[in-house]
Amino acid sequence: MIDKLKLVSHVDAINWNKIEDEKDVEVWNRLVNNFWLPEKIPLSNDVQSWNTLTPVEQQLTMRVFTGLTLLDTIQGTVGAVSLIPDAITPHEEAVYTNIAFMESVHAKSYSSIFSTLCSTKEIDEAFRWSTENVNLQKKASIVMDYYQGDDPLKRKVASTLLESFLFYSGFYLPMYWSSRAKLTNTADLIRLIIRDEAVHGYYIGYKYQKGLEAATQERRDEMKDYTFNLVYELYENEVQYTQDLYDEVGLTEDVKKFLHYNANKALMNLGYEAMFPKTVTDVNPAILSALSPNADENHDFFSGSGSSYVIGKAVNTEDADWDF
Amino acid sequence: MTDIVYFSSTSGNTHRFVEKLGRAAARIPLYARDEPLRVSEPYVLVVPTYGGGETKGAVPKQVIRFLNDEHNRSLIRGVIGAGNTNFGTAFCVAGDIIAAKCKVPHMYRFEVLGTPDDVRIVHDGLEEFWKQQP
Repeated sequence: MIDKLKLVSHVDAINWNKIEDEKDVEVWNRLVNNFWLPEKIPLSNDVQSWNTLTPVEQQLTMRVFTGLTLLDTIQGTVGAVSLIPDAITPHEEAVYTNIAFMESVHAKSYSSIFSTLCSTKEIDEAFRWSTENVNLQKKASIVMDYYQGDDPLKRKVASTLLESFLFYSGFYLPMYWSSRAKLTNTADLIRLIIRDEAVHGYYIGYKYQKGLEAATQERRDEMKDYTFNLVYELYENEVQYTQDLYDEVGLTEDVKKFLHYNANKALMNLGYEAMFPKTVTDVNPAILSALSPNADENHDFFSGSGSSYVIGKAVNTEDADWDF
Repeated sequence: MTDIVYFSSTSGNTHRFVEKLGRAAARIPLYARDEPLRVSEPYVLVVPTYGGGETKGAVPKQVIRFLNDEHNRSLIRGVIGAGNTNFGTAFCVAGDIIAAKCKVPHMYRFEVLGTPDDVRIVHDGLEEFWKQQP
């Protein structure tokens, strides 16, 4: 059977001087300002650090990165592109092309890490593992199925869950190394990827919610059920994938907290309530601080005694718009 | 009494968080053509940071415009930031910038829409905070 190629059926010249949804411009600008290439990161400074990892740790790291490469490849080649025909505005289409390209940059950047740190034989071995690991392949096929399906809203849900949830079993590891002062340049690169994925998840989730606004209550209920079911299905698989990777180094339980924490954020990007309670989302503070250097500062003015609380440190504010 | 002022883009994430607090709140208008907001009572400002890598441009222009009004500025008592740790150093940085410029505490930070726990902590915290204010 030959599928008919699904493309936007009619295109007008895009006019960036006539904007229907300000969010398109805002996100486009964000993505362009955040643009980066792996060549800018001095990965070779990690060679020494790489050699301090045990063979098991090295193998784990490579497997994690091939898994991430697979997701970025899917998102660049299929995921972001599959959203284009359903876009509501021409500028939304343009944002997806930006997202698609950046996913290809991400996918390529793992190869930069590999070629800097590992031998060809090790690289081939890790890629072979990625094609043979059942849970990784299942994760890919669940998402691919929805991308190829005919429901635009379901595609957006699958895409948001990939961007905001499915990457995190992998992202955990470079943050873990970074918290132990290992592979810190690699971690700098991964943080750039994480930042991009966060903007992508935010934007696709926003467009999903825009789509829901026009839907009937019945359809909204259906989508909510679908979303939570898909989260459960992906979560169960993700736990097994996490065990495949991390059991050997004893980090599985710690990674799971990170999964819960990010699954909540993925759901919130789609406009839904967080699903996992605080008791299972207490991510290791070292990981949070590797993710965002100021994440573990005390900002709970309400529950603190006040003595431990610090007023925001001076931050460079160069916006010309301030009058004071 | 309106004791919360907030900014929320068309995504409405911060709007939803504020709604769940169930307190009287005023929204800073989205467009320059809208009537500027002027407050008459002390307030806590809720402000999101989305996706930046830099501090430049982190505070929404609409919020800058609101705070450039000296009268509005004189009534701010604290800031609550929204964001996502996945944005890295930019996590809730708009809240940091405003807290530093206005010399008020950055009271709390939540992610995306805020979890039920965040809503409870901020709700109860503000209740207590306003009781203690003169």
